[in-house]
Amino acid sequence: MELGTQLLQYLLSGLATGAIYALIGIGFSIIYNATGIINFAQGEFVMLGGMVTVFLLKAHHLPLWAAIPLAVLIVTLVGFLFERLAIRPLRKATPISLVIVTIGGSILLRGLAMLIWDKDTHSLPSFSGDDPITVAGATVLPQHLWILGITLVLITLNKWFFSHTISGKAMRACSCNPRAAALVGIDVRRMVLFSFVISAAMGALAGIIVAPLTMTSYDVGGMLGLKGFCAAIIGGMSSGLPTVLGGLILGVLESLGAGLISSGYKDAIAFIILLLILFLRPQGLFGKPESERV
Amino acid sequence: MGGAKELLKYGLFAATILLAPYLFSGSYLLNVLVFAGINTLLAVALNLLLGYAGQISLGHAAFFGLGAYASAILTTTYDWNPWTAMAVAALTVGALAFAIGFPVLKLKGHYLAMATLGLGIIIQIVFNEWVDMTDGPSGFSGIPNLTLGPLTFDSDRMNYYLVWIFVLGCVFFSLNLANSRIGRACRAIHDAEVAARVVGVNARLLKVQIFALSAMICALAGSLYAHVMTFIAPSSFGFTVSVELLTMVVIGGLGSIYGSFLGALLLTLLPEFLSVMHDYEIVFYGGLLMVMTIFMPDGLVRVMPALCRRLPSLRRAKEDADA
Repeated sequence: MELGTQLLQYLLSGLATGAIYALIGIGFSIIYNATGIINFAQGEFVMLGGMVTVFLLKAHHLPLWAAIPLAVLIVTLVGFLFERLAIRPLRKATPISLVIVTIGGSILLRGLAMLIWDKDTHSLPSFSGDDPITVAGATVLPQHLWILGITLVLITLNKWFFSHTISGKAMRACSCNPRAAALVGIDVRRMVLFSFVISAAMGALAGIIVAPLTMTSYDVGGMLGLKGFCAAIIGGMSSGLPTVLGGLILGVLESLGAGLISSGYKDAIAFIILLLILFLRPQGLFGKPESERV
Repeated sequence: MGGAKELLKYGLFAATILLAPYLFSGSYLLNVLVFAGINTLLAVALNLLLGYAGQISLGHAAFFGLGAYASAILTTTYDWNPWTAMAVAALTVGALAFAIGFPVLKLKGHYLAMATLGLGIIIQIVFNEWVDMTDGPSGFSGIPNLTLGPLTFDSDRMNYYLVWIFVLGCVFFSLNLANSRIGRACRAIHDAEVAARVVGVNARLLKVQIFALSAMICALAGSLYAHVMTFIAPSSFGFTVSVELLTMVVIGGLGSIYGSFLGALLLTLLPEFLSVMHDYEIVFYGGLLMVMTIFMPDGLVRVMPALCRRLPSLRRAKEDADA
């Protein structure tokens, strides 16, 4: 294969993985913007999405079209319970205690998944076959197109929710200033709960659509979560387009790095980008610097 | 160290540690206690950073690993004297942490947590991928035991004393540090960084210094671990280990040196003696982290005395109610 085609190939598969990172990153941003919390358990929602679907398919023999919405529903419920049982009861909600609680939650969910199911890697069937499609010499799988399509739909829905519905606007108000939002009658706690529910649902969907490509197991959440966070950091913790671009950039860089440099260090690329952005441009690649509030 | 009471407490602690091997027989328990000692070093190191300076790190296992690999490679591949290698490893890791500390500790809260987590993962990837140096995922073997004159630290009892003497030194040093000007400045940063800076604490430098010190202690623990085990693998220095350390510190109580000892001891002994726990280990750690943070944010060390004080009054209240 000549270099041009090869690059196109890396670009295409990078965009598909990048779309997944973008969805996970938006999950991080939604919670962060509503609450100021970085939810370290975000990756576990992604893992649960894939694993619950596998379980529903294999153990309960549900068809794929029924298993997917049911799995999203179950994971959303987990997100709901997580907020109710772990975040809300916290009396001293300092950043450090929130980090520790969400890490605890993440480890707990991972452990429970291991106990309920197993330590094996599972695959999910592709949504519409595995016959590759040729695009200018490079090949894409139908699943890549599903990922890009579903991501596009979700991002549009997300955008619509935050700019055109009362709940979405209320959540944006909470992110600007929770006290002021409470004063105009917004139930801030409910918005916090909402943000966990929406993030869990998005994470679950991301986990489901990526599972046919990369397989899934009880411990995929950690890495996927961190990369999603990296996407959100590139996008300056925005729950819109910048984070989507962040995810796509990360996905493409990773795929190029793995193809052209070394696949062993592939995972390190995301973290080096993460550190560089945090050190040099903590406001994200596209944001304007903010002055520190004391 | 402040006052006779503190000294007495430390004396009792040291005496218990030194006499402990004579109180029970069986080398299995001693073997477990060697690892409890190494974990105590790590937990105290993390606590200096987290409990005193209020800065979280989710990558401390990487410093532990750097110390272990530095000692292993220098003594095995390059035939260095182990004690020299240990000192060089600790100083190098300290210097490295000092250098990366400046950009890393500029970050706060969640961002700091993520940055240290990323750093830890990058270092672990290097352990796995730099096969020429580290022998990769299958691990590095053939590390020599430490020797000192006629003594060779190859039995459980010898290793017990080796590790715990380091622990006693580290605890003594940390207690002194906590009660010094530096310790007070750290707590000021913890409570209100801006206020501390206003009264003249060089917060930025101090945080980086504590970070470097903490990394050095971890590297030292790593060197000891390498020589005690004589075999190391990247999986011993991953994110899970960082979370375990965090759990030890949180259980014992943030900002309590003896608390970290208690946390390390509990979390090392429990899994060994509850054999059913092996499968449930990560559920246990996760659940414990959540329950402790939600219900006992001050840790065992502070909750137990409070409970003891309350017990008599509770009993009295019950008797009154009965009467």
